[in-house]
Amino acid sequence: MKGEATRRQVLAGGSLAAGAAMLGGCGENPIPGTLAGADWQRGHLLRDRKFPDPTGPIEDIGVVIAGGGVAGLAAGWRLAEARFSSFRLFELEDSTGGNARSGANAISPYPLGAHYLPVPNCEATALRYMLKQFGMIVGEENGVPVYDPYQLCADLEERLLWRGRWHEGLFPQQGLDAGTRVQRNAFDARMAQFRTATGRDGRPAFASPMALSSADPRFRELDALSFATWLDGQGFTAPTLRAYLRYCCRDDYGSEPEQVSAWAGIHYFAARRGWAAGGDGDRELTWPEGNGRLVHLMAGRIRSHIASAHSVFRVRQEGDGALVDVFDHRAQTSRRFRARTVVIAMPHFVAAPRVVPWIATGDFDPRGSYQYAPWVVANVTVSRPPEGKGVPLAWDNVSTASEALGYVVATHQSLSRDAGPTVLTWYLPLSKESPEQARKMLMTRRLAQWQAIVRDDLLAMNPDLTGAIRRIDVWRWGHAMIRPSPGFLSDPARHAAIASPPPILHAHSDMSGLSLFEEAHYRGVMAAEAALTHLDHAFESLT
Amino acid sequence: MDDETAASENGEKAPASLAVILLVSVLVVATCGLIYELLAGTLASYLLGDSVTQFSTVIGAYLFAMGVGSWLSRHVRRDEIGTFVRVEVMIAALGGWSAAGLFMLFPLVGDFRVVLYALVLAIGVLVGLEIPLLIRILRHRFAFRELVSNVLTYDYVGALVASILFPLVMVPKLGMIRTGFVFGLANVAVAIALLVALRRKRRIGADLAAALAVMASLVAGLTTADTMQRWSEVAFYGEPVIHARSTPYQRVVITRRGSDLRLYLNGNLQFSTRDEYRYHEALVWPVLGRVAHPSQVLILGGGDGLAAREVLRDPRVRHVTLVDLDPEMTHLFRDTPQLAALNHRSLSSPRVTVHNADAFRWVRDARGSYDAVLVDFPDPTEFSLGKLYTESFYREVARLLAPQGVMTVQSTSPLVAPRSYWTVASTLEAAGLTARGYHAYVPSFGEWGFTLAAHHPLSDSVALPRGLKFLTPASERAMFDFPPDMARRPTPVNRLDNQALVRSFAEEWGKYEG
Repeated sequence: MKGEATRRQVLAGGSLAAGAAMLGGCGENPIPGTLAGADWQRGHLLRDRKFPDPTGPIEDIGVVIAGGGVAGLAAGWRLAEARFSSFRLFELEDSTGGNARSGANAISPYPLGAHYLPVPNCEATALRYMLKQFGMIVGEENGVPVYDPYQLCADLEERLLWRGRWHEGLFPQQGLDAGTRVQRNAFDARMAQFRTATGRDGRPAFASPMALSSADPRFRELDALSFATWLDGQGFTAPTLRAYLRYCCRDDYGSEPEQVSAWAGIHYFAARRGWAAGGDGDRELTWPEGNGRLVHLMAGRIRSHIASAHSVFRVRQEGDGALVDVFDHRAQTSRRFRARTVVIAMPHFVAAPRVVPWIATGDFDPRGSYQYAPWVVANVTVSRPPEGKGVPLAWDNVSTASEALGYVVATHQSLSRDAGPTVLTWYLPLSKESPEQARKMLMTRRLAQWQAIVRDDLLAMNPDLTGAIRRIDVWRWGHAMIRPSPGFLSDPARHAAIASPPPILHAHSDMSGLSLFEEAHYRGVMAAEAALTHLDHAFESLT
Repeated sequence: MDDETAASENGEKAPASLAVILLVSVLVVATCGLIYELLAGTLASYLLGDSVTQFSTVIGAYLFAMGVGSWLSRHVRRDEIGTFVRVEVMIAALGGWSAAGLFMLFPLVGDFRVVLYALVLAIGVLVGLEIPLLIRILRHRFAFRELVSNVLTYDYVGALVASILFPLVMVPKLGMIRTGFVFGLANVAVAIALLVALRRKRRIGADLAAALAVMASLVAGLTTADTMQRWSEVAFYGEPVIHARSTPYQRVVITRRGSDLRLYLNGNLQFSTRDEYRYHEALVWPVLGRVAHPSQVLILGGGDGLAAREVLRDPRVRHVTLVDLDPEMTHLFRDTPQLAALNHRSLSSPRVTVHNADAFRWVRDARGSYDAVLVDFPDPTEFSLGKLYTESFYREVARLLAPQGVMTVQSTSPLVAPRSYWTVASTLEAAGLTARGYHAYVPSFGEWGFTLAAHHPLSDSVALPRGLKFLTPASERAMFDFPPDMARRPTPVNRLDNQALVRSFAEEWGKYEG
């Protein structure tokens, strides 16, 4: 009889729960959550230059790194690797990591921005060195790196909600007309050509890091037109294909195909030649906290050199060194450093022309053609994992019917079978609006408004999450990503930053025009090695 | 004609075709009536057990209710044909939904018998009204001698049709829920046919609307029967369910028919008491028989304690560590006397330690050295299970396996899914172990496969204890022989980032099950 009662209770529980789910609509109770983002007040202090003059003695130091995003941390990591210790890293925010920062709650850590790193190319030597040091590359097979299987993205990687059903991958596989299929195959073939093409200078047409790409005009001319124009010219016009390519552009650049250059659009598809044993070259490394794992490890290496809540607000060359003025946001005081080298690892829109004087000396607009794509990222805590008709839950889950980019699942790499609560990181690049309009939206919309947008979008993809949303934390990125607009390869401001000689060096993914971890890391390492050379500190180059 | 005019008290004239429709309807209503009775009886014995009692009392109650209906027919003084149509519509609604309703209500109501007998009585009363009314409607068409003969003949023929259709066609092909709806539709079809035949004689609007509404609800029920079937899981299993419970990890269902007890996890059969000894002897003894000193044994999965029972028969084994995800499973098989008897109370043995933990996490954190490891997980039907068959997982297990130790892995059917089966061997080899496949015939599963693995080459010689029911040295050796249809073939290595096994498993079993 005990069995009988149990059986009834369970079946009853099931039916009642199903009924409750059908009846229970969206309550009007506010969803718990927070609205946060890059510290605009501190950022705008820089714009308005309202800092007190430095007090106290001038401190002598080898290297100052201005900015603690991926590039700044990579520069610091590189210096520490060379056993160089006379350096400080100043970060305006309370924590380092830039776009790769992460958060955490009782259920899981989660990304606030960048959430994966593709298996690096053979040419990304410094990055590979670091991944080996961090235990992400665990060995070699015939000289080819072997990646830690626990840190490679577990299967199922991606799924797409297309015509009411979840399909594997990000491109619809069924119900395509013949014309679309032909165009899709032709596009893939074209990208495969670009992937293996080399220029007359012997370099790959598209490399990662991009600085190692060929300068052959045959490829560089793709910088003159937009990706959309190039696609039109090539006859890649099928709406399903274009929707997919638009998704890719917005995913990597936060921008529409009309806004990015053909060179950048093609780079996304043609530059990835991941070098790994066991066929893992086309995989990604990912962690619950996204690239937060990488920046956390880099910062851990140089913890004692980092000062957060500090703004570098003025850099002036003095002899073969520089005077660096730094404002401490907590103490509300300024100090001056005499550095033998400065690495400007701030985004260009902060650095130029307010902080760094050299830029104003050129005969071009120091602000360059730099534009930044704003984003909204929401971390949604749910009491049960999403489901849906078709293939099961993947790491990256995308809907063809949504303007958002879908969501990644923080607990995807977990080995346990627990179907318990999880955190979904939901991404929306504000690419349709002008950056100014979009930033205004970011400033003025209230938490509840963003939460309603996120909730409605998520429930449209996954009605099964009705009643399962526990909280929504919204993160605003006013200047999330540099936009690789047509002409960015020849922008004189970009070239001036790259060519800037010591003592003032530049390091940021803005110099690549591509807001990618690999790019920022490369720029950071390059600047650090240039600084070491300038300081006559012996080291073995990683590049 | 005069007779007929006189007979129809409300001045109704039955058209000529009506008599045919009415006689056909005797056949239909008789068939339907018996079907509802059989449905109720079968359902009652299915859900409540003790089929003799259930069938007797349901049939008795039903026949008694028919008597009540026949007696009540005397109170129908006017509009016999209209009353008959309404009775048909009501029977269609009640009878058609009876099976679905009873299945769905079963878990919800306190005393299921009250609902069951109320429904049986209601249908019985309505069915009891049918034949007296029909006889009265038809009494002027035929001579009394002919009328009684016709009606009763069709009535009994209908009963025969029902009693043959029900067990041979309806239940096996449609299932009980759909059977109810199909015969409900037959009832309502009779009502609608009569209404259409009468359309010139009387106003049929309201009755037709009611009949069509009932028909629509039955069609809706028929098309969603699968969903209802899933909801009312008791209808899903072929055997009476004696225990069903949803744990955070899985649905545990135990069924029993006679002496055959079966465990299902998420609808997949895990064992049948009729032949589980074949499975568990094949899982355990090829391993223990190849280890000189199997002192420490690790069982991953196997929360039913049956593998542990087999291991404990070996006096050389000093300690068994059993890791199963689901505490409710191990508690169930430890604390329920009937189930603990199956595993000889292995889960209460002082030689056994049970850890309720996720196996992957457990092996990653575990230290120690095991002389024998038995990996007995459910088939890789989903990604979360597929992780437990990956190279990364086997590397962790290999770390825990003593240098001279031997392990085995439950590896699905080499006959149904040869590519999946051999993927396990390829994956064990990729993890740096030597692997050898073997297979056994387990009637309730079919041809079933396992894979031995070790740090050293696996020998042919095996030492088996006395008293096994399935394995002898000769039959053990034969298990390692694979005929061409199950022979080894090249397969990928199953890894966390490709889940090759889940994919091939779905493909091969999907093809097999159609």
